[in-house]
This record gives sequence, C-alpha cells and structure tokens, in this order.
Amino acid sequence: MLRLALEARTEPQRVMRVGAPMLALLLATLASAPLFLSLGLNPLRALEIFFIEPLRTPNGISEWLLKASPLVLIALGLSVGFRANVWNIGAEGMYTVGAIFASVLALRFGAEPHRWLLPAMMLAGAMGGMLWAAIPALLKAYANTSEILVTLMLNYVAALLLGYLVNGPMQDPDGLNYPQTASFGASALFTPLWEGLRINGSVFITLAAVLLYWALVERSFLGFQMKVSGLAPAAARYAGFRESRVIWLSLMVSGATAGLAGMMEAAGPLGQLSPVISPGYGFAAIIVAFVGRLNPLGVLLGGLLLSLLYLGGEAVQLSMNAPASLSRAFQGLLLIFLLAADVLILYRVRVLRVP
Amino acid sequence: MSAPAPASRFTLELRAITKRYAGTLANDSVSLRVAPGEVHAVIGENGAGKSTLMKIIYGAVQADAGEIRWHGRPANIPNPAAARRLGIGMVYQHFSLFDSVSVVENIALALPGAFDLRRLAAEVSELGNRYGLPVEPHRPLHQLSVGERQRVEILRCLLQRPQLMILDEPTSVLTPQAAQRLFEVLRRLATDGCSILYISHKLDEIRELCDNATVLRAGRVVGSAKPRDVSSAELARLMMGASPPPVHRDPYSRDPVARLSLRRLSRAPDDPFGTALRDVSLEVHGGEIVGIAGVSGNGQTELVSVLSGERTCASAMLMLDGADVGARPVSARRELGLAFVPEERLGRGAVPLLSLADNALLTGHGRDLVRRGFIARSRVARFAGDIIERFGVKCSGAAAPAQTLSGGNLQKFIMGREISLQPRVLVVAQPTWGVDVAAAAFLRQQLIDLSRSGAAVLVVSEELDELFEICDRIAVLFQGRLSPPSARADCRIEEVGLLMAGVGPAFDAAA
Repeated sequence: MLRLALEARTEPQRVMRVGAPMLALLLATLASAPLFLSLGLNPLRALEIFFIEPLRTPNGISEWLLKASPLVLIALGLSVGFRANVWNIGAEGMYTVGAIFASVLALRFGAEPHRWLLPAMMLAGAMGGMLWAAIPALLKAYANTSEILVTLMLNYVAALLLGYLVNGPMQDPDGLNYPQTASFGASALFTPLWEGLRINGSVFITLAAVLLYWALVERSFLGFQMKVSGLAPAAARYAGFRESRVIWLSLMVSGATAGLAGMMEAAGPLGQLSPVISPGYGFAAIIVAFVGRLNPLGVLLGGLLLSLLYLGGEAVQLSMNAPASLSRAFQGLLLIFLLAADVLILYRVRVLRVP
Repeated sequence: MSAPAPASRFTLELRAITKRYAGTLANDSVSLRVAPGEVHAVIGENGAGKSTLMKIIYGAVQADAGEIRWHGRPANIPNPAAARRLGIGMVYQHFSLFDSVSVVENIALALPGAFDLRRLAAEVSELGNRYGLPVEPHRPLHQLSVGERQRVEILRCLLQRPQLMILDEPTSVLTPQAAQRLFEVLRRLATDGCSILYISHKLDEIRELCDNATVLRAGRVVGSAKPRDVSSAELARLMMGASPPPVHRDPYSRDPVARLSLRRLSRAPDDPFGTALRDVSLEVHGGEIVGIAGVSGNGQTELVSVLSGERTCASAMLMLDGADVGARPVSARRELGLAFVPEERLGRGAVPLLSLADNALLTGHGRDLVRRGFIARSRVARFAGDIIERFGVKCSGAAAPAQTLSGGNLQKFIMGREISLQPRVLVVAQPTWGVDVAAAAFLRQQLIDLSRSGAAVLVVSEELDELFEICDRIAVLFQGRLSPPSARADCRIEEVGLLMAGVGPAFDAAA
C-alpha cells in the first residue's frame, strides 16, 4: 500500500511560490467545471467572464481598483497583528465606527468649502477605528480576554450602533424618514480622478499604506519584534520584547486602517451613511491577508484578486444568467485551493510504502 | 523476556542504512549488530547521526536505503507502533508523561486496547520490584521526582516485553547515585536477554556499562570498540578523529564586590507543578564562575527565569551591579549588562524560522544594530558573521534559518551571541547540554575566559563533571533551596551528589 506523507522543507520552495497560485486556479476551475456544466454553462467561457470581462472597460478598471482599495488597506492593518499572533476579527466594526466618526464631521461642516475637512475626516475615521480597537486591547492587556471573541462581538455592536444612528440622531431630517444620513457636501467628498469614473484619490492612501507596511515589517525593529512575538512568544519574552506593546500596536494599527477605509468609502462611493455600508470588507480582508501571506506585495495582489472575484461574480450572474450561489461557490473553491496550495511551498510530498 | 525461536544470533541487525536530509547524509551506509543480552553503545559527536539512526530503528523516520533485520528476518518498521509490536521499546530523553494523572494511568494510556487498572497496578508493582524500580502506581505523576519519572518511562517500556530497548542519554537527569541504580537495572535486564542500545556522550558511563560500542562520525561508522578495554581518551579520539583540547584556566582572583547578588530570594511558581524558590542567597563576583548543581526539577527553571527577568520577583531580592532589579523587566536588566543563555535553544534562545542574522539581532539590538527604529542590515550581518566565525558555528551562512542547525551548533551560536555582547553578568543554563565533546570543551573555555576578563558567570548545569571542570565555587539547588557555595577545591563529587539528593545540613530545615 502506498501512503502520502508531508515532510517539512528546510527552506521554502521558490518555484512553488509562483506555481502554487497557478495550480490553485487550475484546480478550482477543474473542480467547478461540473457545476457549470450541470447548469448548461461553458466553464471556459465562465472563466473568461470571471477574470477578463470586468476589466475590458475603463469603468470596469475603476470599479476594480475602488473595491480593492479598502480591502488592501484593511488587510495590511490586520496583517500587522496576524504576524504577531494577535487575531483581530473585528475590522468590520472598526470600519463602521471609522465611517461614523468621519460622517459626523462631514455632516457638520460639509455644506461650505473647507480645505481641511477631508484630512480632518481621515483623522477622525482612523481615530474611530482605533477607539473601537482599544476596547479589545484594554481587555486583552489587563484581563487576558480573547481578542478574537471581543473583536468579533464588537462587529455586531458597531452594526447596531450604525443602525441606531441612521434611524435617529444622524438621520436626514429632509430624507422622507429613510434610514440614512443627508448626502455629504462636496467638500466632504473625494473628487473623482476622471470625469465619469468613481475612482478617486483615496487609492493613493492605500498605496502609501503598502509602502509603510513594507517598511514596518521588512525594515523596522518594531516589525521585527512583532514578528518574533508571533513566531516564538518565549523568545520574545527572553529578548525582553513587551507583550502588551505588541497587542496595543497590532490593534491600534488595524483599527486605524479599518477606520480609514470606512472613511474612504463614506467620503467616496457612498457619500452618506445608511444601515449597510460594507459588502463585508472587514471579513474579506482577513482572506486577503492570508492569500497575500501577510506580505506587502502579496496583500496588494490578494486585494486585487478578491475585488476581481466580486466583480466577476456579478458579471457571471449578469451575462450568463448564472445563479449567485454558483459564483460564490467558485469564489470559495478558488480561495480554498489557494490557501491549501501553500502547503506545497513549505512541505514536500513523499510517497511511503506501507506493508 | 520470551523471544521467538531465533533465526539469527542477533536480535537486531542493520545493513547499510542510508538516510539523506536536504543535501546532507545523516546516515551513510551504517551497519550494526546487537546480540540478545548485549548492551551496545552508539556514540558520536552532535550531528553524527545517532538520533536519526535510533529514529529509523524505532520507526519514527524511514531510511532511504538499507535493510533492518529483526531476529534474522527483514523487518519493515513504518511507525513506532509497529516497532513496539516487534518488541522494540524506547525511553526518550524528554519524557512523554502526563502530569495530572497517576503513574498507572500514564502507563495505561500508552498500552493498546482496553485495560484493567487494578491488574495493571499490580503488574507495575511486581515488575518494579523485580527490576529494582520501585514506584507507587497510584501516585499522581506531578509528585514524582525526575528520577522517578524515568522509572515510570522504563516500566512503561518493560510492560511491553521488549527484546530491544533504546535509551537516549538517560542519565542526564539523574544524580550520580541514581545513575548507578539505573545501570544495575539495565544489567539485570540484559541478563534476562533483553538487548540494549545506549546512546550517551558520557564516555565513563559507556566504559562502565556497555559491552560493545559503535562510533559514528559524520553519519558513518568510523570504528567500533570494546569500551571496557579502552580509555575514555581513546574513545573520544575515535569520535572526533582528534583529542579534545585541554581546558586552560588562569588563576582565580575575584573582584571584592559582587556583581550579582540574590538576597533571600523567594518566589511562588507560576506553574502549579513548578517549584517554589525559598530563601535563595548567593553572590557572584566579577572574575569567577559559580556553578549551581542539582537534579532538574528542583527549581532551576524558576531560578533562571527570575534571574533573566522573564519572571520578576519582589524588590530588594535581586541586585545587579548594585541596582535593585528584582521587579524590573528583561530589557532593563540587559541594559545593565546582563546576558543570558537559556536551556531551550529553539523557541526561546533562538527563533527557529528566522535566520541567524535575525537571531543575532534578537538580543544584540543594543549594539548599534538599530538606527532610528530601522534595522541596519549590513551591521547585523557583520555581527552574525563575526559570531559564526569566532565560535566556529557550522552553517551555510548568516542567512541560514536557526532550525537548520544541529543542536550543538545552535548552542555555539547562542553562547557566542551572548558572550559577544561583553556582558558584566552572564547566566547560563545547561551550557553544553547535548553538545559534542570538542564543542563543549571550546564553550567551557569561552566561559572561563569571559570570567577571567572580569565578568561574573553563573552556570546552572545538571552535569557535575562540567561544573567541577570550570567552576570556582559550587552550590546545590534542592527543592527550591540553595546550599551555601563551597570552593571547588573543597568539594568532593560524592558530597555534592548527596546534596543533590537533599542530604545535608543546608536542607535539614526544609524537611
């Protein structure tokens, strides 16, 4: 009898770094082909619509980048913590609170032109996210609670808070009682980069964040301390790196990026608050962080991929008349294969003969 | 032990066993034969391939080529369970026992199928009495000393009626007296026909106990000997291909002022099964090496982590160069000139997945390796390169991940890093644990040289020979209490052995 066994490689395999994602795409396509075929759809055509169709027009590319931007920004912040074994599952809530904080300024000052309004909103968004993240940080540092549970539950609190605000104190008085705020004034909105497209200057914030993240994790001593805390907590204690500082930094950075992403969405494509302001960016960013292997370039590519999967999923539904569940199944398969293929980078497969 | 009708004169026969790991040959065509009732030593330096060979015999690792014969017939051993079914037992250096349940429950957990605890307890007692391994089957494991735990491991192994028993450095956790008792047990087992494979780097023990020795160097068999007929020096030469350099020691003249002082240090353990430190007092002066002997589990782990700052204690209990540091964190103590080599290398002294350069940065960051918060990569690489060169660390370079180094080489690197920090006080736990003879001699010399340059060095070790070789004064830790140190010239190894067992005026108050 033959048996397969995994043996750890002493060093990661370089060829597989490129090969593994390709293999994952191939396997996801093969695995989903029966699904497409059973509905009478051509799987190769579906692949084309998924990955190429959305990027055929300038508007498509604008939407692609606009969706990728918050995903990448949030994922970068989360990656800082994930590297240090601080598991923040609450980016969705921090995003929401960031959007609320920024909106308070937008509604108060947005009617007249103010040069400093957008920067102030950015600051407010980041502060909102950090404030929300300070709750699990405090509880973890002083009461050793699990940040996973606290951040997860705070997502629901934030969603309910938003629901209350848009139905109450922040509701548009002239809005026919719809649960939403007034539309922001022009000075509280990012200007589109091109006439007719929705993409705006906030994508440069994300690009800057990629560079900052790179400097933090690859070059700074702080990033090194956090990496050691994640890889070997006993070694971090041995070297005298303070655990509470790692917790605080991880949660503050991820809170700030998620809050900023919330601000960017509110002051960008949304232009106002309503009960639902996110298609699940805060959760999808967790996937982006891991698909990108917590690496700066990887997270950027991961965000672009996930954004494309969002658009492709819609495109398949529109142009092939495929059910929404089919595009979601394909998205899920691809992500599972992508994460599973990572095993090949760190391990080699050996065939054992068992009597 | 009931053996099947032998088809061969040998219980175990290895023929040309070869195992390759990522470019290096761990075992290169190794052949070896063990007869029934034979005590066979496998000796060799670190990285010589001893552990790999044992893992192949026990089924934990598969050979790439070669043949294992069991009673003359080819045997396939895909996993440890198959090895146990054949009658091969292994006693690991680090025990795999559960603290929270009783002795007999621990043993039952390792046996296949259903069990009757009462009958098993009787069997354990009976077997224990027969071989001089008395244990009380119903005692919870956490009450047992390390020596007693080893008895449980051996009994667990014996219950499976092994025809071959593998012991990996079994005496590293025993007092000299307890080691003698273990040898008696092993001799009795051998008389009953059980074969024993004995791995150790303590050559005196091997000469006392073993009938034959196979010597490995760089994965190959370089010789065999009858240990009783040759001297330890000859065995060492076979292992290394050269004689170990003698340790050179300048005369001992210590500074008048203590650099490290413990003043009636007491601390409850964090771990419920840990040892409380009670009224530990000690002064270590510049220019001297003080050794702390003791059987592991008597508070060494707790003491060392309180000294390093990984755990803190009340103020006024611990002074470093005159500063009260008991309540201060690791970083503050390191700034005052403390360096520390922990017992665990991978995961504490070094980060397994990170490169040697990154691991040099781990505690070396104070040496101008970080500028304005950014890592000065070229300086880090130079610092790591210097350590590798000066301490003869065998590796593929500063970019090699720490986990790719053999235990001895990683220890050289960690010791090298801490010594290169030019500490005023160095605390070292188990400096040469599992390190080969040549490297151990080198590291001991480095410790002596550091102390003679004015640093205060505190060595915690389970190896008495080592402490007697390098220390100027020796104290013994027993159940969290420390005996007053005595000058090495006034110490006799038997007395220290008794203190390690808790016999002596220093510990009478504890009883």
